[in-house]
Amino acid sequence: MFDQATLEMLGKGFLESLYMTLVSSALAYVIGLPLGIILVVTDKDGIKPCVGLNRILGVIINLLRSVPFLILAITVIPVTRFITGTSLGPTATIVPLVIGASPFIARMVESSLKDVDKGVIEAAQSMGASPFEIIYKVLLPEARPSLILGAAISVTTILGYSAMTGFVGGGGLGDIAIRYGYYRYQTDIMLVTVALLVIIVQVLQEIGMKLAKIGDKRK
Amino acid sequence: MSTGTSLIQIRGLGKVFKTDVGEVNVLEDINLDIMKGEIFGIIGMSGAGKSTLVRCLNFLERPTRGTVYFDNQDLSALSQKELYRIRQSIGMIFQQFNLLMQRNVLKNVCFPLEIAGVRKKEAEARAYELLELVGLSDKAKAYPSQLSGGQKQRVAIARALANNPKVILCDEATSALDPATTKGVLALLKDINKRLGITIVIITHEMSVVEEICQRVAIIDNRRIAEVGYVQDIFTKPTTEAARRLVFPEGGQVEHFTSSRCCRIVFDGSSSFEPVIANMVLEFRQPVNIIFADTRNIDGKAFGQIVIQLPEDKLAGEKMMAYLQNRGLTVEEVKDFV
Repeated sequence: MFDQATLEMLGKGFLESLYMTLVSSALAYVIGLPLGIILVVTDKDGIKPCVGLNRILGVIINLLRSVPFLILAITVIPVTRFITGTSLGPTATIVPLVIGASPFIARMVESSLKDVDKGVIEAAQSMGASPFEIIYKVLLPEARPSLILGAAISVTTILGYSAMTGFVGGGGLGDIAIRYGYYRYQTDIMLVTVALLVIIVQVLQEIGMKLAKIGDKRK
Repeated sequence: MSTGTSLIQIRGLGKVFKTDVGEVNVLEDINLDIMKGEIFGIIGMSGAGKSTLVRCLNFLERPTRGTVYFDNQDLSALSQKELYRIRQSIGMIFQQFNLLMQRNVLKNVCFPLEIAGVRKKEAEARAYELLELVGLSDKAKAYPSQLSGGQKQRVAIARALANNPKVILCDEATSALDPATTKGVLALLKDINKRLGITIVIITHEMSVVEEICQRVAIIDNRRIAEVGYVQDIFTKPTTEAARRLVFPEGGQVEHFTSSRCCRIVFDGSSSFEPVIANMVLEFRQPVNIIFADTRNIDGKAFGQIVIQLPEDKLAGEKMMAYLQNRGLTVEEVKDFV
């Protein structure tokens, strides 16, 4: 069906997509997880209310989230160049992906942590737990299943973003789909890349759901 | 029983909540002394402010006015760090148990010990000890979702005991439990109070809980303390409207019976167990109408009251009252007894 070169290209695209997605997700969590925690903790009903900081952070996150990802990716090209020395290829794409995904992840983490029973937090406070102890001994462990599900959603969203960066030379399966499928009307290649993306999403989502279930002691 | 020195002193405490629609006064001018080693009840209708009051005792809610002295320390003068530390000697249990759902029973009991910085091995040994005490050693590895309500509350009690607290605050701790389970949990608390000498403060809206285990009770009504005293005194002679409402919750329904002469007989724990009303009827050969009866067993003695409608014959009525008084009962004629 495909010649050797095409297959190799598809294989490389597949690996590039995975690489971009996983590395970006990890880095975006490094930024987004603390932000999400800060959003919950500084909320006016939080364990360390700080309404000013909460508002400012909320506005910045909303601003970043309202910029369409492709526009964001183009806007941050100077930053990308500064960090990676180029604006092309999978490694360069990681920069806009992290910037685009971090605020999204912050909101996902926020919603997971807000689901933790207020009573349990109060119980911890009654035992003399400090806010820091409540975060890592109560909030994060109690929200673990929900955080894992959120991570599955975040990672698959980032995969979608990474495919979009094909339009600006981002590499990976999205890049192939656009160059061959869209510009050269090679529908078969486009269909294969889409199928590969579907498989990745399915597998990641399944893994996330399984992990969340295994870790959940509520039933 | 109380040894006479107070563990918790509440002085001029007031709490105002700021909401979007303005300030809401929840507690006003609360003054209370809770003695070392006693089981103290705080009872009130929902919305009376009792849950806020109990949260002021460990400063989960900071009072707007006044303060709380715990073991002679002014809580409002403590730094945040000192407050975390002192909370380790104030255990608390809740209506909804508030166990960590992702930790097993053993780890739940270990939790306050972790916060107190106890080493893992010692913490687990202590947790096993406590689970033994509450009768749940076999559930150490179970998760809270696998336990019944009563078992969850027992785990919560074990957890509250972990750091050897001086007091345990119980916020509606039995309100989510069925009557039989409630009895078991109350018996456990009573046992802990007796064996370990830990002071217990019980917040509830149920008079039956107070009767079951409290020695003294404060009735909180409309943001203020309406009445404080020994349970048997308040139960037999409630002096405020709020107390009467709690002691006779059904009171309103019997009012229309009180058209003619009635007499209230109070059982204050000193009378014998003879069937006094039946004997009186046999002796006078005149019927009386029992229109209200509520007697209960507190600490093995009969407490409560019976209201009877006396015969129309005035002399017979007087004689009956005298008869009852001779049996050592408190008897009084009532027009509208509720």
